[in-house]
Amino acid sequence: MRVQGSIGRRLTLLLAGVAALLSVVSWGMVTGFARQAAERTQDNVLAASATSIADTLRTEQGEVRLELPYAAFSMLGAISQERVFYKVTANGELLTGYDDLPAPPGAPQVHRTGDGAVFQTDRYRGSDVRLASVTRLVLVGADPVAVTVTMAQTRDGVAQIAGELSSLAALLSIAFFVVAVLLSAFAVRASLAPLNDVALAVSRRGPSDLRPLRRAAPAELEPLLRALNRLMDRLGQSIRRSEDFIAEAAHRVRTPLATVRTQAEIALRSVSDEDEKHRLRRIIRAVDESSRSAGQLLDHATVAYRTEHLAQDRLDLAELATATLESVKPTAAMKDISFILHAAPARVAGDAVLLDTALRNVLDNAVKYSPDETDIQVVVSSANGFARIEVCDNGPGFGAASARHLTRRFQRGDNAQGIVGSGLGLTIAKDVLTAHHGTLELGNARNGRGACVSLVLPLA
Amino acid sequence: MRVACLAIGLSLWAGLLMALEIEDHRVYPGTGADTLHILSTADLDVFDPYLRAFQTRRPGVTLDYTVVSSAQLHRAIRDGARFDLAISSAMDLQFQMANDGLARDYTSDRTAALPDWARWRDQVFAFTAEPAVVLLSAQRFHDLPLPRTRQDLITLLRDYPERFQGAVGTYDVRISGLGYLFATQEARSTDAFWRLSEVMGRLQPQLFCCSGQMIDDVAQGRLAMAYNVLGSYATDRLSQESGGPVHILRMQDFANVMLRTALIPQTADNTAGAGAFIDMLAELALRDAAGDWPLPPLRQSGDDPPLDFGPIRLGPALMVYLDPLNRRAFLDEWENAMEQR
Repeated sequence: MRVQGSIGRRLTLLLAGVAALLSVVSWGMVTGFARQAAERTQDNVLAASATSIADTLRTEQGEVRLELPYAAFSMLGAISQERVFYKVTANGELLTGYDDLPAPPGAPQVHRTGDGAVFQTDRYRGSDVRLASVTRLVLVGADPVAVTVTMAQTRDGVAQIAGELSSLAALLSIAFFVVAVLLSAFAVRASLAPLNDVALAVSRRGPSDLRPLRRAAPAELEPLLRALNRLMDRLGQSIRRSEDFIAEAAHRVRTPLATVRTQAEIALRSVSDEDEKHRLRRIIRAVDESSRSAGQLLDHATVAYRTEHLAQDRLDLAELATATLESVKPTAAMKDISFILHAAPARVAGDAVLLDTALRNVLDNAVKYSPDETDIQVVVSSANGFARIEVCDNGPGFGAASARHLTRRFQRGDNAQGIVGSGLGLTIAKDVLTAHHGTLELGNARNGRGACVSLVLPLA
Repeated sequence: MRVACLAIGLSLWAGLLMALEIEDHRVYPGTGADTLHILSTADLDVFDPYLRAFQTRRPGVTLDYTVVSSAQLHRAIRDGARFDLAISSAMDLQFQMANDGLARDYTSDRTAALPDWARWRDQVFAFTAEPAVVLLSAQRFHDLPLPRTRQDLITLLRDYPERFQGAVGTYDVRISGLGYLFATQEARSTDAFWRLSEVMGRLQPQLFCCSGQMIDDVAQGRLAMAYNVLGSYATDRLSQESGGPVHILRMQDFANVMLRTALIPQTADNTAGAGAFIDMLAELALRDAAGDWPLPPLRQSGDDPPLDFGPIRLGPALMVYLDPLNRRAFLDEWENAMEQR
């Protein structure tokens, strides 16, 4: 599997990018609006001032007369400390004010009523100024005279207000951005949580747990869950098929083997030549091993099948051990090996068939690795909430290598040369115990000679 | 060479001064080479303590103090005369100079401490708030009730025309910048102004260029009443000179309060010195009590009556009556009222 990026990080970055873009855009817009608002306020005041002067225009004795109302100027000083300039012209001739103040562009636009102010921005006396001009027609005798009133103000205050609002907006935008990034990180985490839940649920499962996942998941995860469940279903079917196949094969192999063994024993009794007897015994031993291996394969398939639907029968390990020992005794007797059983009642819940299989495999191993004419100790005990069946032999014991890997399938100890075996025995025992929430403990006997295998499982 | 330069400099300086109608001039020699040229409308006897106080702080600075009328001051700065500091009682002219870009920016902790209404664009700094008052000769008013409002004054003038004939004084607003400022602001604020002017006009009023002469005339009984005198000058002058008792009255219906302002002209050479002087003035402007200084601070706690009309606002509205058209119209009306032959 190749890890390429992270959905969470990509989503967070994407959302942060969007937030940054929005922050910049909103900052720009607020700055623009602030400047517009400040400019419009100034324009309105200037227009009102110019209009109030234009309203005083009249003719007296053939001359244009006007006065500058006090309010026209005081309103200009009400908002900010801007420098003020003004100019009144009649047909282009100065009536009063600052003669060099720039004139409004183009032909004078005459408005008899309403604002009708013309605005412009220009340089005057070393400063940027905003000018508002109002033009009115005044009748002097019969001739209309266009009188233009221009009020001008520097723009320092506008720039300052806009600047202040802009920095305020910048601060707010940064704050917005930070909050947005934190929130999107949180949102990404929250929306990716179901994915992590599914991953956790799958990874927490036991190795042979192939049940379909049944959990509520968001619509986006549904295809993934369905695909996963289908995959597990197919995997389960395929495993079952192969186990069925193995069980069938083992069964089919065992039956002819039994026939071959019977025939070989009959032949052994009827021949007298030592060489042939020897050869026949080897045949019988090989047949026994094959039969044992086939039995174990069958056991393994049985274990795999039964652990899926584990029975919870109440049973006594002491009884179970006694019964199992009886079934192994004939094999042991062939090597003149005897069992010494110390059994105390130990009640557990579980599948009797499986536990029998597990113990039988352990005992088989003990018999197989024990030298002739030795004892095998079997102790059934219970302590600290756990039941324990300990099987100790007088064989070579487990080698220096870790005992753990011996419980893997088809794995055999490094001192098993010369002894036939499939390597399935301990694996079967371990699988059974794991299914019963127990453990299989491997170790060497305390007196340093022989191996000890313990089946440990919780008391009922 | 240096002597020649000095000579040329001095002669240029003298030439410039000659173009001005100088009322008074004094040099306070300092120990260093630094000179601060101050152009002011404040009389020397009023402003002398300020100049000495500054020299105590900065003994190295030579102070060159020139007294002119407010109109002369305005013209001199407008024509580019090289002064480092312009101090005037004509707020409107000071404002117009700053508005037209003839003043320099100056900021310091001291000026920042001034209230907003006492500075404009960090160019014009107010350091006193001086009310306009009415002076009455106690001797001529001994049997009359003291007027409290303009209406009282109008009634008195109407009822006793023979007593006030030719004995009423006020500014000639055509030549006095401060008189014009007081008159225009008063005309704007109270309709009693024109009625009072009409009444005064019938009594053949004496017109003055400046406060000083008016105050002296009232003190010596030549005038029964002086209208719109600068209160600070009256208090100061009457406290040091002998003369008949004089009532200093503040009208209860409305009283102008003028802000005396300082600015640094664009042509200033010694801006650092000018800034230090403004700092000193700003500091004095914020003192709590009048103290020994001839001019009052911006706010006075013990005012009676308090300055509840507020000072004339330092803003573009001051330019309204400086406009030639408006000025002409106002003076026409004023002349009609005052000069009734």
